[in-house]
Amino acid sequence: MKSAIVSSPHLAPVNRVDRIMLQVLLALVPGVLAMTWYFGWGLLINIALAATFAVLAEAGVMLARGRSPFAAIGDLSALVTAVLFAISVPPTLPWWLTLLGMLFAIVLVKQLYGGMGYNPFNPAMAAYVFLLVSYPVAMTTWLAPGVLAEHGLSFMESLGLILQGTLPPGLDWDAVTAATPLDEMRGKLDEGWSIEEIRQSPLWGQFGGRGWEWIAGWFLLGGLYLLWRRIITWHIPVAMLLGLLICAGVAWTLDPSRHPLPTFHLFSGAAILGAFFIATDPVTACTTKKGQLIFGAGIGAIVFVIRAWGGYPDAVAFAVLLMNIAAPTIDYYTQPRAFGHGGGRQAR
Amino acid sequence: MERAVSLDSSLGTGARSIPSGRRLWRFHGGVHVPDEKSLSNAEPVTSAPLPKRLIIPLQQHIGAQARPLVRIGERVLKGQMIAEPNGYISAPVHASSSGILVAIEPHPVAHASGLSALCALIETDGEDAWAELPEPLVHYAQLDPTLVRERIRWAGVVGMGGASFPTSVKLNPGTDRQIQTLVINGAECEPYITCDDRLMRERAAHVLEGVRVMDHLLGVSQVLIGIEDNKPEAIESMRDALAETDMPGYTEIVPIPTLYPSGGEKQLIRILTGREVPSSGIPAHIGIVCQNVGTAAAVADAVLEGRPLISRIITLTGRAIAAPQNLDARVGTPAGELIAHCGGYRESARRLICGGPMMGFELRHPQAPITKATNCLLALTRAESPDPGPTLACIRCGRCAEACPAKLLPQQMYWYARAKDLDRIQDYHLFDCIECGCCAQVCPSRIPLVQYYRYAKTEIWAREQERRKADQARARHEAKRVRLERQEQERQARLRRQKAALDAKPADGKAGKQALIEAARRRAAAKKAAAGRSGAQSADRP
Ligand code: SF4
Ligand code: SF4
Repeated sequence: MKSAIVSSPHLAPVNRVDRIMLQVLLALVPGVLAMTWYFGWGLLINIALAATFAVLAEAGVMLARGRSPFAAIGDLSALVTAVLFAISVPPTLPWWLTLLGMLFAIVLVKQLYGGMGYNPFNPAMAAYVFLLVSYPVAMTTWLAPGVLAEHGLSFMESLGLILQGTLPPGLDWDAVTAATPLDEMRGKLDEGWSIEEIRQSPLWGQFGGRGWEWIAGWFLLGGLYLLWRRIITWHIPVAMLLGLLICAGVAWTLDPSRHPLPTFHLFSGAAILGAFFIATDPVTACTTKKGQLIFGAGIGAIVFVIRAWGGYPDAVAFAVLLMNIAAPTIDYYTQPRAFGHGGGRQAR
Repeated sequence: MERAVSLDSSLGTGARSIPSGRRLWRFHGGVHVPDEKSLSNAEPVTSAPLPKRLIIPLQQHIGAQARPLVRIGERVLKGQMIAEPNGYISAPVHASSSGILVAIEPHPVAHASGLSALCALIETDGEDAWAELPEPLVHYAQLDPTLVRERIRWAGVVGMGGASFPTSVKLNPGTDRQIQTLVINGAECEPYITCDDRLMRERAAHVLEGVRVMDHLLGVSQVLIGIEDNKPEAIESMRDALAETDMPGYTEIVPIPTLYPSGGEKQLIRILTGREVPSSGIPAHIGIVCQNVGTAAAVADAVLEGRPLISRIITLTGRAIAAPQNLDARVGTPAGELIAHCGGYRESARRLICGGPMMGFELRHPQAPITKATNCLLALTRAESPDPGPTLACIRCGRCAEACPAKLLPQQMYWYARAKDLDRIQDYHLFDCIECGCCAQVCPSRIPLVQYYRYAKTEIWAREQERRKADQARARHEAKRVRLERQEQERQARLRRQKAALDAKPADGKAGKQALIEAARRRAAAKKAAAGRSGAQSADRP
């Protein structure tokens, strides 16, 4: 149908996709700043690179399909994908991996399925998993949070690391990197350490990984902003965090020496970011309210299972992709009761 | 902007306390849109001038088109019935002024399809001379309800809130259905429209008299009059008028929260009683009848003054109109003349809409006449009704489902409408969609959702009609085949018998022939006799 709409309603629509995406980007700002504070310039450089690659990829596909690239870029969804990707990968990721990731996300996962709105998988997470499986070392080499590092990287040093893969003279990898809290937890538990012993590590903060817990807090703030502006509803984040908390809580109660505190799960890794910004991607999530609760809880549970027993220390990306597969089916079986179809006060 | 959707209204069954103290229920979804009522609700209703030519559609109601009663060239008087109802679900049409009936021909009408329909064209003579009207039924309470209903039917009263279903039919739910509650719809939830507001402010007593008549016909135990709380003057005026009557014992004026579409019949019933009209059912199934305030006034006109429905209050509004206001206009007045009476356009109208901005349709012929159901002519400027821009893909954000008062999943219906999957879309209850437009209003991808649903409904109706036709054709074809087969069998059997008769006496050639001739003669005689009998029989029939 053409854009000349003759059908009611006739007033100006109240919502716009680009404004929604802009709000999401805005809500990411506090978390991104916090991450930059702890991990240095690399993150911002990555965001800039990913954004450029994503927009170029989107424009390229649009041109190849004979469409105007501006509408697709204008909806800002490629930017959101880019930023989420850049946040999820290590801040020292070589530039060509970012390029690869963005090409994968935009061209394969998004556009080959028909573009915005048709992709069954979350593009940023699909790209993350793709790189993690193909380049596990580069994807798990994390800088130490600023509070722990013996040496923080300057802007130029970060740039050199990302573009050329060279460390500043006199530094080696051990000096700048550290295991992520989840990695540390996994590794030490596998080596037979008890939680009490692991907690002595300087990586451990109040309830999660040091530095990481604050980043999660700032993302939480952004998530609350999205709730307040009604960009997202509470169903998916609450269900996902509850799912994770309950599973972790049960495990911790049963065996506190082998399982960390439930709050550790919340405030380490990508749980908060995932709950508010990734699992809530409307295109790939459930749309019915009941379905969203199941979808969120499923992600939370899978995250816990993979973290506790799986091969990868963090699991949000895997969990989201797995539930993406299930979303259409869940939607189908959780249709709301339509008005006038039983229920309500019908019988006298 | 995003907050325009009321998310908290999705709670379903929450009660809300309001000044009247009556418990109210919420319906799911709905949207808050700027109500724009103040554009047109300040001034009292005035009469629109008598047009030179009235164009009166013969179909202004749901049901069968009325049958013309007058000949071309004949003089008709104001209030004279010019077309009679054609069947039970139908309504008559009256001349709204005196003059000469010059034609009965197709003319563009105010209809979403933009098609023409049969209209009676009257050249008015300016005398505005009344026909002889029936006696007012002032003592209707002592009369047989059938008589009162007959009067309402004679007056051509139809639902004036937009649906235009014949009122006399709705007021006759049958003896097997006990109606307990009469709901009067004064919600007027569509933005811009203020005709019911003005009616309630100016003629509250008259409206209540109409309500009293309807109450008498239905024998209900309570009457609930719902008015959105953005019309405090109307609420007060109705309350004052109610206090003057003998009705307060069972009648209540209930202010309801302003939330589109609270004036939808099923939504209003839900708000006031907490009950849901079953899908594909009517309110009478749960003991409720719902009528609009305008209809109540028309019923009062018909019963208490003996006047047919020949004029109505209509809102002319929108920022493109020079002087927005409410007019008492004759049915059949061309829309363009009413707009001219309001000073014409202030700036060029982006759209001229018949009805409200949420559910109305674009009027493509400005000379189309207003009907009994036309409550508003809305001329929107480019700023009020901007070009929505290109439609984007559905991002499955679910905002539409949050806003849907029918609790449907608009995004799924959109998906299947696009895929032309007409079976699956019905699984998602397409036919419970009231086309309120809430979903499209909140859709961030600017998808004209309602258009897709209308399209799908039309397709399904068309398909069903096709199917029915095909079934009939198949049945006819089958019957023909069976008939032909039987005839063929009979022919074969005859041949076999003849052959058997021949074979029986092969040797005795002559005698056999003789016998054959004899047999043939006997058969012919028998046939003749039979023909004579059946002829006599058919002659007996009247
Ligand atoms: S149809 Fe519009 S409002 Fe509904 S889910 Fe799709 S984008 Fe959102
Ligand atoms: S138009 Fe239909 S689908 Fe859309 S909100 Fe209204 S009832 Fe729901």
